[in-house]
Amino acid sequence: MRIVYCILILSGLLPVASMGVASLKSDNKPLLINGAGASFPYILYSKWFLEYRKINPGIRINYRSIGSGGGIRQFLTGTLDFGATDVPMPKEQIQKSKKEILHLPTALGAVVVSYNLPAVEKKEIRLTASVLANIYMGKITKWNHKEISEINPDIALPDQNIVPVYRADGSGTTAVFTEYLAQFSSEWLQKVGKGKSVNWLTGIGGKGNEGVMGLIRKMPGAIGYVAMSYAVNRQLPMAEIQNMSGHFVKASTHTVKTSAQQILEKTNDLFHPLTAVQGTDVYPMSSYTYLLVYKEMTSDKGAALVQFLNWYLKNGQSFCESLHYIPLPSLVIQKVKHRVRSIKVTNDDRKT
Amino acid sequence: MIEKLNPIFVFSFFKKKEKKKDIHAQDRFFYFFLKALSWSLIFLFFYMLFVIFQMSWPAFSHFGMNFFVNADWNSWTQSFGALSLVYGTVVTSILALLLAVPVSVGVALFLSELAPNWLAKPLSFIVEMLAAVPSIVYGLWGLFVLAPLLRDYIQAFLSKYFHFLPFFQGPYYGVGMMCGGVILAIMIIPTISSVCREVFRTIPKSNREAVLGLGATRWEMLKIAVLRGSSTGIIGAVIMGLGRALGETMAVTMVIGNAPSIKISLFEPAQTMASILANQYAEADNELHLASLTAVGFTLFFLSLIINILAFLLVWKMKRSTTGISSTKRFSSASRGPSLSGLDYTGKEKKE
Repeated sequence: MRIVYCILILSGLLPVASMGVASLKSDNKPLLINGAGASFPYILYSKWFLEYRKINPGIRINYRSIGSGGGIRQFLTGTLDFGATDVPMPKEQIQKSKKEILHLPTALGAVVVSYNLPAVEKKEIRLTASVLANIYMGKITKWNHKEISEINPDIALPDQNIVPVYRADGSGTTAVFTEYLAQFSSEWLQKVGKGKSVNWLTGIGGKGNEGVMGLIRKMPGAIGYVAMSYAVNRQLPMAEIQNMSGHFVKASTHTVKTSAQQILEKTNDLFHPLTAVQGTDVYPMSSYTYLLVYKEMTSDKGAALVQFLNWYLKNGQSFCESLHYIPLPSLVIQKVKHRVRSIKVTNDDRKT
Repeated sequence: MIEKLNPIFVFSFFKKKEKKKDIHAQDRFFYFFLKALSWSLIFLFFYMLFVIFQMSWPAFSHFGMNFFVNADWNSWTQSFGALSLVYGTVVTSILALLLAVPVSVGVALFLSELAPNWLAKPLSFIVEMLAAVPSIVYGLWGLFVLAPLLRDYIQAFLSKYFHFLPFFQGPYYGVGMMCGGVILAIMIIPTISSVCREVFRTIPKSNREAVLGLGATRWEMLKIAVLRGSSTGIIGAVIMGLGRALGETMAVTMVIGNAPSIKISLFEPAQTMASILANQYAEADNELHLASLTAVGFTLFFLSLIINILAFLLVWKMKRSTTGISSTKRFSSASRGPSLSGLDYTGKEKKE
């Protein structure tokens, strides 16, 4: 019994004691900046924050990959200093916010279409938007269907069932894929839709890139879309995708970078989907991933965050490629830098 | 009871302590402490129910009762109904029970009645270890190992020889409702079998000896003395297993195929309530979508509540209607018999 009392008393004292310790330490505690959101850029961001801490030990940035939706919600309620999302925030949500929000592209990601066809080995098959749309709407069910073999005259396609695989969890990957298909097929837009989770008509859903990956690898005849880094890492075949001018293009750092540059030159808009690209060297399925920050921030944290934003635009981009992300083209960097410059940092009233 | 909770009582109890040492003070304090803990659990339950209901209210007010009869889950047209999810959950759970209950009861019988001591101990340890494996491990194993096995052998066999049954028709990919059910069965076997074993242990030795003394064979003894006497306990164990199966998320999400639809064939992909929450909650950025997901959570909460109440009624009715062996039990040392939870196996009276 005495032991129970002791435990009870101690457990009551513990928070008080730890508070005392914390207040003693607070003088040399690093400045903590909290962020959360999309899971796609998690690996890149963790690397950045780790590297940045080496340069600037006074600032510690935490990032949790809880998904874009959760990141935006917590960012809007003010729990977070910055958010992260793969898809720009919906307009009505931006309007609802009291403070002005800036979207800052940090890197590019490509979506690739992969497949499991032992019969064609490692040959890259070519696919158009209409073929992909018809496969995912259940209209093309065999690999040797006329529409596929017409655009792949050199490849002997087998008489095998196609198993379409999609991302079952809401994700920016799905948003890019459906954006590309919806642009070419109005039927797709009507029946399936576009966005992070849509109304799939047929096929099997996997959870996460690794779930889709696993399904493709384990099911002969399967076709699916994943983030490019996953396909590169596991050496899965990647289809050549037809862009708006009719060229079949393979995803690579170069082709994605060029398409982002092209879209920005054409539209001067960092939110425009990167799917409507033309030329021999531009890949039509890619997107930015964004950091969300408030345009007006208070000092200490605000200044530190702006410092970091400048760092990632200047030095951070070099980490992208080794982690299979695609760095921003120079024109985009210029434009984002301009945006970062527009951030106003005011002094925190509570501190003075 | 009530005056004990009264703060004045607590105050007077401390005052008394100053005057002379109250030897029952510890007892009373302990009673008060435990009572507060139990009430806080009940409070927590209702608070959770309230919060979930409040968060899902927009969906209920928008769709009304239609939410429960609509089988469409379409995030593009914003039409949400839980029926297909309820169907997926119920079918996979029933399948899991059908597979798991005979195996678990058999394992429990073997371990508690037939196996020699040197074998029973390590074996039961291993069975219980199965419960400690994280569910994502089950999920990935299911995706990479079990699903291809099911597809190549079991589903191929069923589709060839039993395709006249509606459950085994259509194309088979491995992943789907059947795979989900099998994974769940493996996951709930340790739960059911360990509770069953405890239940069998509460049957007094004298019962077994009496049945054997009447000239029964070993199998007849197991049937009459052990199984019949512990039927309510077995039901309790099954309900515990069912509870786990209904709420299991990650493992099912990986292997069920994640397609919210109602199909008779067990080869088809489906979606459960827990898995759609895991898939879509993090990325849902639309008010109605989010509320509908929470409403699914509420439905799941309610479904498990209904199942638990039904089980309670079933056990209660069985306890009342059983005669014969249970009447002899009334005079034995284990007078209360195994309870619903199967944990009341000490054979002692709860209250003097």
